[in-house]
Amino acid sequence: MSDRVTVSKTYKLFVGGAFPRSESGRTYPVSDSRGRFLANAAQASRKDLREAVVAARGAFGKWSGATAYNRGQVLYRVAELLEGRREQFAAEVAAGEGAPSRRAQSIVDAAIDRWVWYAGWTDKLATVLGAANPVAGPYFSFSVPEPTGVVGVLAPPDSSLLGLVSVLAPVLAVGATAVVVASEDRPLPAITLAEVLATSDVPGGVVNLLTGHTAELAPWLAAHADVNALDLAGAPVEQRAELERAAAGTVTRVLRVGRGEPDWTTGPDIGRLRALVETKTVWHPMGV
Amino acid sequence: MTWEYDPAPESRAIANLKPTYRPFVDGEFVDGTGEPLKSVNPATEEVLAEVGTAGPTDVDKAVKAARRAYDKVWGRMPGSERAKYIFRIARMIAERARELAVLETLDNGKPIKESRDTDVPTASAHFFYHAGWADKLEYAGYGPDPRPLGVAGQVIPWNFPLLMAAWKIAPALACGNTVVLKPAETTPLTALVLAEIIQQAELPPGVVNIVPGAGDVGAELVNHPGVAKVAFTGSTEVGKLIQGSLAGTGKKLTLELGGKAANIVFDDAPLDQAVEGIVNGIFFNQGHVCCAGSRLLVQESIADELLDRLHERVATLRVGDPMDKNTDVGAINSRDQLSKIRELVTSGEQEGAQRWTSPCPLPEKGFFFAPTVFANVTQSMRIAREEIFGPVLSVLTFRTPDEALAKANNTPYGLSAGVWTEKGSRILWMADRLRAGVVWANTFNRFDPAAPFGGYQESGFGREGGRTGLEAYLDV
Repeated sequence: MSDRVTVSKTYKLFVGGAFPRSESGRTYPVSDSRGRFLANAAQASRKDLREAVVAARGAFGKWSGATAYNRGQVLYRVAELLEGRREQFAAEVAAGEGAPSRRAQSIVDAAIDRWVWYAGWTDKLATVLGAANPVAGPYFSFSVPEPTGVVGVLAPPDSSLLGLVSVLAPVLAVGATAVVVASEDRPLPAITLAEVLATSDVPGGVVNLLTGHTAELAPWLAAHADVNALDLAGAPVEQRAELERAAAGTVTRVLRVGRGEPDWTTGPDIGRLRALVETKTVWHPMGV
Repeated sequence: MTWEYDPAPESRAIANLKPTYRPFVDGEFVDGTGEPLKSVNPATEEVLAEVGTAGPTDVDKAVKAARRAYDKVWGRMPGSERAKYIFRIARMIAERARELAVLETLDNGKPIKESRDTDVPTASAHFFYHAGWADKLEYAGYGPDPRPLGVAGQVIPWNFPLLMAAWKIAPALACGNTVVLKPAETTPLTALVLAEIIQQAELPPGVVNIVPGAGDVGAELVNHPGVAKVAFTGSTEVGKLIQGSLAGTGKKLTLELGGKAANIVFDDAPLDQAVEGIVNGIFFNQGHVCCAGSRLLVQESIADELLDRLHERVATLRVGDPMDKNTDVGAINSRDQLSKIRELVTSGEQEGAQRWTSPCPLPEKGFFFAPTVFANVTQSMRIAREEIFGPVLSVLTFRTPDEALAKANNTPYGLSAGVWTEKGSRILWMADRLRAGVVWANTFNRFDPAAPFGGYQESGFGREGGRTGLEAYLDV
């Protein structure tokens, strides 16, 4: 071992493509799986959350308006960058989740492959979920999926990277933008993922990532009128009904999630993609 | 005042042209046992390189290598792993885009702006799109676990050499098949650089094999008993031969053949846009396009005005050095093709159509043909019925939508069609009734990996691109 003193990183929020501290000045200590201090994370406030929603809304037009092919390339680029940070992610996952290094490594590999899987969906979703409708009349009618808008995501508390990727990548793949509340106890891989996103071609504001107390932030996110859909993957079970009620205030879509945290290593399905799109049906007459 | 163009030549050096190219079999470049061919630059008639060709034993080795790779590696590899190999190919084509574009232009004669802006980026996109399918086949609508077929024998034409290789290889690999591909005799070079990319992308040996040669190599390949699937793009004449020779073998076949597309312009069409679309439809790639809008059907009331505007526009097309970035129409791909075009043009004159040819200057060397428009064409003339595959447009007129439709559908082909009108309901009415695999409305010659492409009737069967295109490479 070298006796060199390492340079520690300050973990901050990721909002609008920048890395601010919480405007509240609050932080909270993050420990590894054995309780040893790892870092201080920013404890986001209600104002930080609202700034994040503003950034996500601002980024929605450009991101949802990009061609599906372009979004696919941009997301695949993220996978390329993740691959380059494989060791760093494995170390963070190992520390935070207490996984042995080989297991941590395979979690990271699965997360990268999952990102690739979702990257490939951008230009296929319309052909799988869309349709030409055989209406009984001289009309051409077709239906296409469109991104729902700004998606609030409460990331899974346990699976700090693979779980996070599994809930974030589908938001980006459909062309929506995200405000993510990272795992409260294991937020560090999320911040590192934000650093990857910041140096990728994903436009600023498409992903906004907050660290802090989930139970404190969740009601504000759920009740926010400019949030179109809510993924409660990481919501405290006892808080879910309350969050769903808050979402009802602006008919925010709420994804159905199971009670416990699922095994994220099993292959994904398109449930999240389906939940995050609106179907638009267009009619046009046919005739000379 | 006339503004002259200065030459804007692309650099030839960037093509990394090598004196010799060799077949790619089982992951290695090998000496073919066939007679080597010389690939010629059709714009200058100079020999670009000597290319080793495959003899029957090489084809046999390639098919066997492909079968081994299918049985041992590729056919059983998880789709998510196949995907990453195919993504690599997409990225490496994009990385070497300029080199490939220049090489394509040298070998094929198409303008550099077309190989640069269409052929190469679309080839990369095709791999990228299909990479994403490799691990999503259960969503494609062919059942929960659609299986590949085995070894695909593929034969491609000379008009879009790299792009056609991409159209063939990408879906085959995504679905889990292995490939033996024969590029066209006159344009084998970019497919062999693609082989190099496939090697650099570390695809397992035998997954892709490239066997250059003439028609005899193609026949050897499609008739090889180890081939489970045949895909052919080329002339209807050869397509019929292949379909006949495969009869009774149980091999799965897709054919993308010739066309004689109607490009239909109604009197309410935006004329400036229509003129650009007509020009793009027939003069893109020197008219060496199976879906070219080679029959212009114009509503009678605007025929004279449209023809005048068309002549004016076509006269501005710059014909010549394909390596010049300002060139609109490059070289005819071969001496043979040039004589076929000349023969059909002569028949048009003899049958009484009224010929107009652009007064543009042509280079002294190389194979060139000035853009030509025939007016007063009737449906019985050869230039209205046969595929010319060159920069020659036949103009017919119509009075009513029904007449336009009848004339448009009066062909044994059925690859594509164009409709120009401001009226959306008429576009859809026409699209509903046109017997063609692709209908472009107020645009022409649009291609995208996500959009299926292919023909009705004697333009072939099977589709390439989109979810539909996967069927060709699945055992369904």
